[in-house]
Amino acid sequence: MTQTIIWTIAIITVLGLVLAIILYFVAEKFKVQEDPRIDEVEKVMPGANCGGCGFAGCRAFAEAAVAAPNLDNNYCPVGGNDVMAKVAAILGYEVKAKAPMVAVVRCNGTCENRPRTNTYDGLSSCKVKAALYSGDTACAFGCLGCGDCVEACQFGALSMNPETGLPEVDETKCTACGACVKACPKTLIELRAKGPRGMRMFVSCRNQDKGPAAKKACSAACIGCGICQKICTHDAITVENNVAYIDFNKCKLCRECEALCPTGAIHGVNFPKPLDKEAVKARVQERQKKAREAAAAAAAESNTKEA
Amino acid sequence: MSNLTVSPSPHIHSKDSTRSLMTDVVIALVPAVICSVVFLGLRELLVLAVSVASCLLLEWAVTRFMMKKPSTIGDMSAVVTGILLALNVPYTLPLWIVAIGAAVAIGVAKMTFGGLGQNVFNPAIAGRVFLLVSYPSQMTHWEAPQGLFGADAITGPTPLGAIKEGLLQGSSVKDIMAEHGYNYGQMLFANIGGSAGEICALALLAGFVYLLVRRVIKPWITLSIFATVALTSLIFWGINPDRFTDPCFNLLTGGLILGACFMATDYVTSPMSTKGGIIFGVGIGFLTVMIRYFGSYPEGVSFAILIMNSVVPLLNRWFKQKKFGRS
Amino acid sequence: MKNTFSIGGIHPHDNKISRDCAITPLATPPTVYISVAQHIGAPAQPLVKPGDKVKVGQPVAEPGGFVSAFIHSSVSGTVKSVGPRADLAGKMSTTIEIAVEGDEWMDGIDTSDTLITDIPEDNKTTLEKIRLGGVVGLGGATFPTHVKLSPPPGSKCEMLIINGCECEPYLTSDFRTLLEKGEQVVIGAAIIKQVLGGVPCTIAIEENKPEAIDHINEVIARLRKVSPKYDGICVMTMKMRYPQGGEKQLIDAVMHRQVASGGLPISVGAVVQNVATALAVYDAVQKNKPIIDNSVTVTGGCFPKQANLLVRVGTPLSYIIDSLGGMPSDAVKVISGGPMMGKAISNLDAATLKGTSSLLFLTAEETMRKPESNCIRCGKCADACPMGLEPFLLNKLSRINDVEALEDNAAQDCIECGCCLYSCPANIPLLDIIRMGKAEVMKAIKSRQIKK
Repeated sequence: MTQTIIWTIAIITVLGLVLAIILYFVAEKFKVQEDPRIDEVEKVMPGANCGGCGFAGCRAFAEAAVAAPNLDNNYCPVGGNDVMAKVAAILGYEVKAKAPMVAVVRCNGTCENRPRTNTYDGLSSCKVKAALYSGDTACAFGCLGCGDCVEACQFGALSMNPETGLPEVDETKCTACGACVKACPKTLIELRAKGPRGMRMFVSCRNQDKGPAAKKACSAACIGCGICQKICTHDAITVENNVAYIDFNKCKLCRECEALCPTGAIHGVNFPKPLDKEAVKARVQERQKKAREAAAAAAAESNTKEA
Repeated sequence: MSNLTVSPSPHIHSKDSTRSLMTDVVIALVPAVICSVVFLGLRELLVLAVSVASCLLLEWAVTRFMMKKPSTIGDMSAVVTGILLALNVPYTLPLWIVAIGAAVAIGVAKMTFGGLGQNVFNPAIAGRVFLLVSYPSQMTHWEAPQGLFGADAITGPTPLGAIKEGLLQGSSVKDIMAEHGYNYGQMLFANIGGSAGEICALALLAGFVYLLVRRVIKPWITLSIFATVALTSLIFWGINPDRFTDPCFNLLTGGLILGACFMATDYVTSPMSTKGGIIFGVGIGFLTVMIRYFGSYPEGVSFAILIMNSVVPLLNRWFKQKKFGRS
Repeated sequence: MKNTFSIGGIHPHDNKISRDCAITPLATPPTVYISVAQHIGAPAQPLVKPGDKVKVGQPVAEPGGFVSAFIHSSVSGTVKSVGPRADLAGKMSTTIEIAVEGDEWMDGIDTSDTLITDIPEDNKTTLEKIRLGGVVGLGGATFPTHVKLSPPPGSKCEMLIINGCECEPYLTSDFRTLLEKGEQVVIGAAIIKQVLGGVPCTIAIEENKPEAIDHINEVIARLRKVSPKYDGICVMTMKMRYPQGGEKQLIDAVMHRQVASGGLPISVGAVVQNVATALAVYDAVQKNKPIIDNSVTVTGGCFPKQANLLVRVGTPLSYIIDSLGGMPSDAVKVISGGPMMGKAISNLDAATLKGTSSLLFLTAEETMRKPESNCIRCGKCADACPMGLEPFLLNKLSRINDVEALEDNAAQDCIECGCCLYSCPANIPLLDIIRMGKAEVMKAIKSRQIKK
């Protein structure tokens, strides 16, 4: 009995040692020679493998970064500037710090603002719904509410609000990887600059119908009236196809457009103080009055000069 | 305009549902259930009741508390498993063992894989095999039937068990058959010992015909099993009739009819295409006969079905149905 | 061999409750809205502008490409506007709005009932008349007929099949057309037969329409005495099964040949046309009458007054419904087409197109989907699929978007008939998902072909 045990232990130990030595030599002989920097870069990556950088996972990003001559085309939105600084240090490249971005859902079509005109009974998928028809409201551009964006987000940053029927972004979790942007068949979600201390402005509507039709479909729609464009002193707003758009690179967060928007289509988020619409309206009107007076004076002057 | 409903096409649906299909299977099993209670007595009814109740209770508990989803017991598949399990065990089996069998069948063989539609192995068979291996003496203890035909019926071991024992003791098949007085009439009409699934041949076949007529199952798998069993045992019996039992005996004894008609045809664990189903049946038939003739267990259907269940994903990959326009 | 296709198929109840309703013309509405996107291929280009006066049968839009068709005014009156208007699914398309004034027809159109049985010999003229008549396939696909009847060089047509199956439940307009305009249909078939080179012609009619079968047989016998050009036309009784009228399935059932994946019917020598298209060909060639109206079945269990109406193209759907008594209170869905492949309407202000075949009203009990549950691997979807696909597998692959595996499993062959979803006991929305997967595969195939 004891003999059996001793023999067993001996044989297994020897077998284990022999195999281990064989495996070691084989691993060394057939090792793939890789640039050791790839491993170093991979170590500092967040490891989410989300594809937000445009590469197939963090290791693929590392390989591409090592192979590239500079970091212009390689940016990890999840890791952000911190991770990119580390990668730059490892590779000896320079990296430009990018403004942090966040996903923004641009639709005001809550259940309250935008009444349903029919009932959808198909598979609960925005993709299917968009391919089928113009939606269960009178706005053919608005959110379809089935949550393809929520499913696409690997970081749990999106959730459907059951009261409004619209998706909401959790800024603390959003990594601006862009998965939700691709998932939305109506291209309602956009990656915009997070803004200083998180403050940002955006037009929360993509409805291209003419004003009356848009307003009939949704009470908070952008009717393309152009007031915001007229009063913006920073040239940040353009109105095309009956819908306004704020260029986040030019916006200086003065909130005048938000105050003057007749339907409330423009949103400002994370501002510490609530917007005093009346005060802002008064300020704008004052400025416009002065501009008119100045223009009138200049016209009168040129007239007298000619005369 | 009034509130219209919109969906992609098609806009109508057949009357079939998972529940209606499973209910048809339960109805198909009713003749066998009645037959078993009539022949084996009220204790069998108790075994059935405990088995079905345990299956339902366990599926409800797992879906509600572990998976945190609405309970799925309404689709009747647990009832089918419960009945099949009960028909597979001796009617004298202690009820607590029946409950354990149900727990393993539903809990381990079905729910751990994710519930209905996801399991690889037939739950009823898995439960039965677990009990056979864990409680061999209780599972092979056959007492005289206590039904309407009571003491007149043949007592003692199942025909297959008797054959196995007798062969080990050196008798020939003919002698064993004569000793116990076996004939095919008895086997067809439930006058033999065994579990309910083994004795109610006619009732089970009636249920099988019902399922075919209602288009719940297709006949290929079952017929393929019968044909293979008949053919294989014909060959061996032809070579040595003293050692090997004849085809009729093999078709009528053991859990073959119950297995071929109700267990091998289970949707989830059988192949999707006709070709795959036929090969599946051939495998089961062949393995059953091999285990019966050469294995140490007297009965082989359960093991054969379990082994072929594991091959089903491969059969599904290799044998797909013919596509239109591709020769 | 059985008179039916070889793989799959289902047997829904045919519900032909409107079969006894003779086709009656519906009064012209005060305004019609004629879309320029009424056919496969490039949308037509408008020929009129607001203020123009038009007559019935006057072209208002011309083909916008090679695969395109003429569109004609279905009324006489004044063009009010040419601009975007929502179709029945809420999608925008350029529409010509015409305010109706009187009922003046273009010169040259023969509006009499005289039957013209002479078959024109000059194929070129015939095809041009078909093209000028704006004839498109009226079996649902609306493919321009003059393109279909000009097979590419090198391909040979061996048989003309006229589809009178009408396999979708509830629809009876083709049946009534066969009964009431049988001669015109047969003459139209003979004209198409002539254009294709005198090939044999089979008129396929499902066995649930025995009156139509008898009538057409009698018409053919009568017309044979008039001209030998009617020889070689016969009726084939088809088993009642869905989708018997599907192009590929019908060719398989009639000729026992299967069109290869991605191929066209002409590759096996077949040309298939619907009975309504044959009638439109008769009208265009013998009567110089372009498509300005079509038969629409208005039906449904909950609809009190069944009807087969002859409706002018561009009639608002709400007008049709109101003229028959309005929406039934228990109807929750209105479908344009049959219950299996038709489109659910979300916008009843939309107007009829050339290819509109029916308005079907369904109650909640008949149409609302039941909650989805786990796939039980019963294989009923695969049994039902007429293309021999495995919908349970395509469903899984589409959900994870594995385009390569979808192509290997022939998702591009899916004809979107709906047999899989109909059969699934677990109420899985199979076709909804497979459509998405199929679209991805088609995109991939197209991009490969472009690269070549």
